Amino acid sequence: MSNSTETDSLPGQRFRERFPLLALVIERMLLSILLLFAVSVLIFGGVEALPGDFATTYLGQSATPQAVANIRSELGLDRPIVTRYFEWLGGAVQGDFGTSWASRNSVSEQVGKRLGNSLFLAGFAAVIAVPLAVGLGMLSVHFRNRMPDKIINVISLAAISLPEFFIGYLLILYFAVNFGVATFPATVYDGMDFLDRIKAIALPTATLVLVVLAHMMRMTRAAILSVMSSAYMETAELKGLSAWRAIARHAAPNALAPIINVVALNLAYLVVGVVVVEVVFVYPGMGQYMVDAVTVRDMPVVQACGLIFAAVYIFLNMLADILAIIANPRLRHPR
Amino acid sequence: MPELLSVRNLRIEAVSHPPGEPPRRITIVDGVSFDLQKGKVLGLIGESGAGKSTIGLSALAYGRGGAEITGGEVILNGTDLLTLDNTGIRKVRGARVCYVAQSAAAAFNPAHRLGDQVIEASVRHGLMTKEEARKRALYLFGVLGLPSPETFGNRFPHQVSGGQLQRAMTAMALCSNPELIIFDEPTTALDVTTQIDVLAAIKHAIEETHTAALYITHDLAVVAQISDHIMVLRHGKTVEYGSVQQIIEAPTQDYTRALVNVRQTARMEASDQTSPLLKSDNVSAQYGNGFKVLHGVSLHLCKGQTLAIVGESGSGKSTLARVITGLLPPSEGKITFNGKTLAPALKNRSRDDLRRIQLIYQMADTAMNPRQTVRDIIGRPLTFYDGLRGAAKTARVKELLEQIEMSNGFIDRYPAELSGGQKQRVAIARALAAKPELILCDEPTSALDPLVAEGILKLLMKLQEEEKLSYVFITHDIAIVRAIADSVAVMHRGRLVRFGPKSQALSPPFDDYTDLLLKSVPEMEIGWLERVLDTRRMESAGN
Repeated sequence: MSNSTETDSLPGQRFRERFPLLALVIERMLLSILLLFAVSVLIFGGVEALPGDFATTYLGQSATPQAVANIRSELGLDRPIVTRYFEWLGGAVQGDFGTSWASRNSVSEQVGKRLGNSLFLAGFAAVIAVPLAVGLGMLSVHFRNRMPDKIINVISLAAISLPEFFIGYLLILYFAVNFGVATFPATVYDGMDFLDRIKAIALPTATLVLVVLAHMMRMTRAAILSVMSSAYMETAELKGLSAWRAIARHAAPNALAPIINVVALNLAYLVVGVVVVEVVFVYPGMGQYMVDAVTVRDMPVVQACGLIFAAVYIFLNMLADILAIIANPRLRHPR
Repeated sequence: MPELLSVRNLRIEAVSHPPGEPPRRITIVDGVSFDLQKGKVLGLIGESGAGKSTIGLSALAYGRGGAEITGGEVILNGTDLLTLDNTGIRKVRGARVCYVAQSAAAAFNPAHRLGDQVIEASVRHGLMTKEEARKRALYLFGVLGLPSPETFGNRFPHQVSGGQLQRAMTAMALCSNPELIIFDEPTTALDVTTQIDVLAAIKHAIEETHTAALYITHDLAVVAQISDHIMVLRHGKTVEYGSVQQIIEAPTQDYTRALVNVRQTARMEASDQTSPLLKSDNVSAQYGNGFKVLHGVSLHLCKGQTLAIVGESGSGKSTLARVITGLLPPSEGKITFNGKTLAPALKNRSRDDLRRIQLIYQMADTAMNPRQTVRDIIGRPLTFYDGLRGAAKTARVKELLEQIEMSNGFIDRYPAELSGGQKQRVAIARALAAKPELILCDEPTSALDPLVAEGILKLLMKLQEEEKLSYVFITHDIAIVRAIADSVAVMHRGRLVRFGPKSQALSPPFDDYTDLLLKSVPEMEIGWLERVLDTRRMESAGN
């Protein structure tokens, strides 16, 4: 870029020119925060717009207009919606999600325990699914359009086509009921030792792995294939490099960004998609907690769960984008 | 003297998948034989599809994109490469035979530093230690005239220019002290002013290291500067094989003669250039980010004449065309057409204004809808501007096909079923269908082989006579300018450096840039490169 454009540019532009990488990362983070606020408005507004309310559900047959109004004023529902939103948001930013209407306990405390359980389940599924998917992806590249590739493709497609609750019930039927090798329901409690815990979550983990495997595997395959057909891979071959060296040194760094992206997207899906699986396996995680809260219209819990799921999703996507930005040599080493 | 490389009866086949037909085997190279001695350069020349690159890659026992060597021998220093197993071939590639690709920008891995890539083959083959390889790379960067050789290797591919990348790729090929290097159109993608430097660097490096080379190109003038022998190829077969002198000065085959004398078209410059049809008054333009790409360009074109705009990539010549069409409204200045000021933006122009100015692009391929037949492609402007339908439209399409010298049989073909030259002809017919007064031709022949390009130029000139058309012809090829222009505009970095009738613009005294540009165009004459370099050396010594 010529000198004339530099002198009359704004400080922000100058910063962007000198540290393009840092500028992009910061920009991406700010965008995530903005997005999270937008989501919080949607969640609060959405929950507010739901038909039916806690007071009528709670009182059941004895819901006289007076009793309903009493409970509503007790919970502060008679105040304007904007005030309540900012109160809720102010609390949420400090980690305080208010009190559950149904149990009168602190939501944050309850969520803390449940979130730990959910992350353990999702994390364990990820530890198995990610290496497996990338490995299978590489395998199917190696055997491209031959039998192993086709088998991997068909099985993973079948797994992604079945809804996760159906896979869950199938696994329960065969492994817990017919063969009796796995436990059901997947109950975990404090002070349980690690091995027992793993044994308890074996089936929900297997369900989640089957659901996310296909997508990651196919994206890995596509990313590597697109890199393999590029001109610099031909250069590597014409340099007489071994196939292993060509893949490890020349293909891998360039295939990384798209693979990171799809992995992060699926991790986010793991955390969020866990809701249905937890209900099927009666696992005491966030998903179960949220579904229970919805049935009794316990809004503070629903809102807290919604916001936490959204935050995890946005955070993981942000992480993927930032890693992809850093993996790009053009941004890491500007002209 | 023993032969370094002997190719005997080479036969290369591939499986082709034509649209809508079952796949079939086609022969790409058929019965080609040649010898190359140590330290010599053989030029392989021919149009696209002649099999030049395929033959070059066979010296590495490599078939690109499903091409398969099915017969013959490729003997390197007594060993037939085609009999070697995978491990044996790998030991030859990158060590004894190296390859320089046409697009170094794509052939370098964007994720690694240039230096590491340059020395990789030498180190991996165990020919030298990392330290020795680095020293050799440094020496080669110097030989190839790269800027600050000590630090050049630390850069990433995107941090250096196209010409520098091409030289770095040559350094990469030379690094392992190979016996043979395959140069596959190493300067085709470069501007002429860059091409001459790269060409000189390659020639110097070959002389310095006594490496033998196969030099593949479609430009006879380029290969005449660098080769000892030339082999002319067509449709995978040898047309003629001889010394450079013999091929350039006394070709025996008609096809070679046509290649040598390719530019026969010539146009007398129009004497009256005073009443302009198109005028550009002090036009400046910039893109959305405030980056200025045109600086106060003023020029004009008279009715029935051709204005050639020359310059290298990034000089702003295509941007000027975008401003004239209204695709990019100018930030300052105005465009006048037929004495009337045109609306700056496309969307504010009347349909009749749009009709008067038509475009032909460099890539006819991408400028046509692949799902439309020739009838639809040419018929669209007929309906849009004149409201023609049915039989009247078909009749007019046939008339236009006749004008572009194609038979009625093409009317229901799809673009994929046409050759490159035929596609460009259809694009011309589409422009013609609007009955324009001005056609902007944006490098319409630069993607075509010389003989095909010549046909397109002749057609354009015939149509100019018949229809009294005016052309703005954007090109980087000075020979085309000499052949077809009435007036010439030379552009450099967004500025107009020279404008006037051809006879004045292309005769001395020159400004510095035009002088460099004109001197950089390879001439079909042995020793041209040395002469130009000598003049340059004398000039710089005189300064």
